[in-house]
Amino acid sequence: MTSEAYAQASTYLIAAATVVLAIAFVAHVAEWALARGADEEPTSASVAAGIGRSVTVLALLILLAGVVTRGLAAGRVPWGNMYEFGCAAVVLMLVAYLVLMRRWGRAIDWTGAAVTGIGTVVLGASMLVYVPAGPLVPALHSYWLVIHVFAAMLAGAAFVIGAIASAAYLLKSRNPAGFSRLPSATRLDEIAFKVNAFAFPIWTFAALISGPIWAQYAWGRYWGWDPKEVWAFITWVVYAGYLHARATAGWKGRAAAILCLVGFATFVFNFIGVNLFVGGLHSYAK
Amino acid sequence: MSGAATDAPELSRREFARWMWRQVTSMRTALLLLLLLALVAIPGSVLPQASVDARAVEAYRLAHPELAPWLDRLGLFHTYTSVWFSAVYLLLMVSLVGCIVPRTIAYAKAYAARPPNAPANFSRMPASSVHQVDVPDVDAAVQRARNVLGRARIDVRERDGVTELSAESGQLREFGNLVFHLAVVGVLVGVAVGSLYGYRGAVVVTEGDDFSNVLTQYDDFASGALFDREALPPFAIHLDAVDARFQLTGPQRGAPRSFAARGTWSVGTSADQEKSFDIRVNHPLKIGRTSVFLIGQGYAPVFKVTDAEGEVVFEDAVPFLPADATYTSSGVVKVPDAQPEGLGFQGFFLPTAITVGDDKAPISAFPAAANPLVGLFVFRGDLGLDTGRPQSVFMLDKTRLTQLENKDGTPLRVSLSPGQVADLPGGGSIQFVEVRQFARLQVSSSPFAWLPLGATILGVGGLVLSLLIRPRRTWVRVSRTVIEVAALDRITRGGGDLDDHVRRVAEAVLPSPGQEET
Repeated sequence: MTSEAYAQASTYLIAAATVVLAIAFVAHVAEWALARGADEEPTSASVAAGIGRSVTVLALLILLAGVVTRGLAAGRVPWGNMYEFGCAAVVLMLVAYLVLMRRWGRAIDWTGAAVTGIGTVVLGASMLVYVPAGPLVPALHSYWLVIHVFAAMLAGAAFVIGAIASAAYLLKSRNPAGFSRLPSATRLDEIAFKVNAFAFPIWTFAALISGPIWAQYAWGRYWGWDPKEVWAFITWVVYAGYLHARATAGWKGRAAAILCLVGFATFVFNFIGVNLFVGGLHSYAK
Repeated sequence: MSGAATDAPELSRREFARWMWRQVTSMRTALLLLLLLALVAIPGSVLPQASVDARAVEAYRLAHPELAPWLDRLGLFHTYTSVWFSAVYLLLMVSLVGCIVPRTIAYAKAYAARPPNAPANFSRMPASSVHQVDVPDVDAAVQRARNVLGRARIDVRERDGVTELSAESGQLREFGNLVFHLAVVGVLVGVAVGSLYGYRGAVVVTEGDDFSNVLTQYDDFASGALFDREALPPFAIHLDAVDARFQLTGPQRGAPRSFAARGTWSVGTSADQEKSFDIRVNHPLKIGRTSVFLIGQGYAPVFKVTDAEGEVVFEDAVPFLPADATYTSSGVVKVPDAQPEGLGFQGFFLPTAITVGDDKAPISAFPAAANPLVGLFVFRGDLGLDTGRPQSVFMLDKTRLTQLENKDGTPLRVSLSPGQVADLPGGGSIQFVEVRQFARLQVSSSPFAWLPLGATILGVGGLVLSLLIRPRRTWVRVSRTVIEVAALDRITRGGGDLDDHVRRVAEAVLPSPGQEET
């Protein structure tokens, strides 16, 4: 196949994956609607959940094919601009979700609707910043692109799931009797912590180790308060705050969960806001 | 009472200091300072920063003449060296050190001490079990307990025929925690020391030209307070060629693809020890502890100016600064020695000029030099170079210059392709000889960069330990007739993990299955 054919295939596959993931989202929404009010989960709800999960796996496979063909079309790792970062990050988020499903089962399966919904939105939004497959600007000609950006995506994928758990915690702790599909508030807090405790060291590596090393090679300084660096630092500080808050009287619980959501919001702003509206050295949206 | 009254203020002052210290080093304060740090970092990402882009700051000042002085007063153009940003992170450091030092001492003491004694009543522990069994060999049972508890720190006490085993595992959690926080201090110290001894300078070098690493050759230069500016390492660079490649076809036409600067370098005066270099983005040239980076490139048209008396008064390459992605560049040519009056030229360079309309100025369609064109406005008079005031090489001081005009009163603009000559009204001429390229090189040294880097890597190691490891205490009490097991997690794991642990330990310690009664 020529690189044009790969590029064409990639575009179709990613569009198809977006549609399939949207179907998975609809199935999970149906699951919630059918389970509503019932103490025991009705079979129709678990059928919908099963459909949602199977379709999610299908969407992941199609998306993975789309991301791989994108890499083949461009002749490099497929995360060199905003569009590619969005698609590849959704792959990692879905993989993280499915891995956690295998490990934790019922403690995590309720995230299906949120994960597929967020995935659909990210893929759809990525198409707004679509750029044709092609080579990269000179600053990105480095193997650190593979390491640094992958670490940032992996941490981001985990931050998403942590944020979902923290949001659910806020709902559940306000109304412990309601939301029967959700695990207990204690369990939700624990899930959020475990996922964020996984993501935080990876984020530290992406933002404060591999980033500075690469910046030293590319720009001749390891830290220069470029807007992307500033917000990566802010995200790091807020998540550090979250980890401390979980062990501090008066901050445990709701305040910590809110910090987790704030941390995630800074991550999202760094990806969208800084890329599109602030600019700086990390302007690789196009 | 009066004695107490006079004593009270002194005591309360000490009490107050103590109270203050407790406040500063409390987790709550640390947390608030941490969040405050995130908050005060934001303005620096929104407003232009002098340390990042001084020209953007100037542009901002011009665009916001009312607001800029206030931002200046607040130090918002130097956010990360401002008083309030420094205050927050210094307080955070004090809080961190105040927290970490006592904890390190406590950790060392706890490490040296024996694991805590078994509680009197095991059933009060979160997980425990009692087994009424015949224990023929107490020592063997204790040994089995040791084996199953593996790498935990274990202490055994015997009293009145009852043997108590205390085990503590997961002390690496606190160790990792301490390492992580000490590493944060290490990073800050490393960054501070590095910036005191480091330097960074930038210089524009045109193809065919040389650069020697001395202060006077730099266009801009910044160094730490403890860096000796006279002690710049001696080396010289000769730039042979700049190679800039751009995407020729497709939707990304004109996007930069590769930049390289090639030439030779030598240390000292020995020209026979010249080595060649090929600096590209991401691939700096390393000369000892100094690195030379390619941070920009552009065009330097070569001009030859003849004055009204027929003398060649100027022949040199003049770097024009690129202003956009198609390398539409602007620059000035200063010819103070022209007779009878000095000459100044200000204008633009287009690497690939195309005409868009008869009466419109041409524009650049592509960043590579396929159809180079310069357009220059011409000025005559005193360039002001003798006044002693420093002048930018990219600006004309027009206070004592007169702009030359066409007969209809419109400003005279000369347009030249390489090789072309334009005669100037009132005598003299300017020739656009050829196009060269320039490289903007950054020469810098970041000493002690290994310190923050090493500290960060250590810190992540500590972080992983502190997040993964969960300390646990286990106690086993063995007598001839009873075996008791209890365990306590300092950080709960949930999911019945502690009960499983107690069951596992009990199974291993019991002499043989089937005799137990719970």
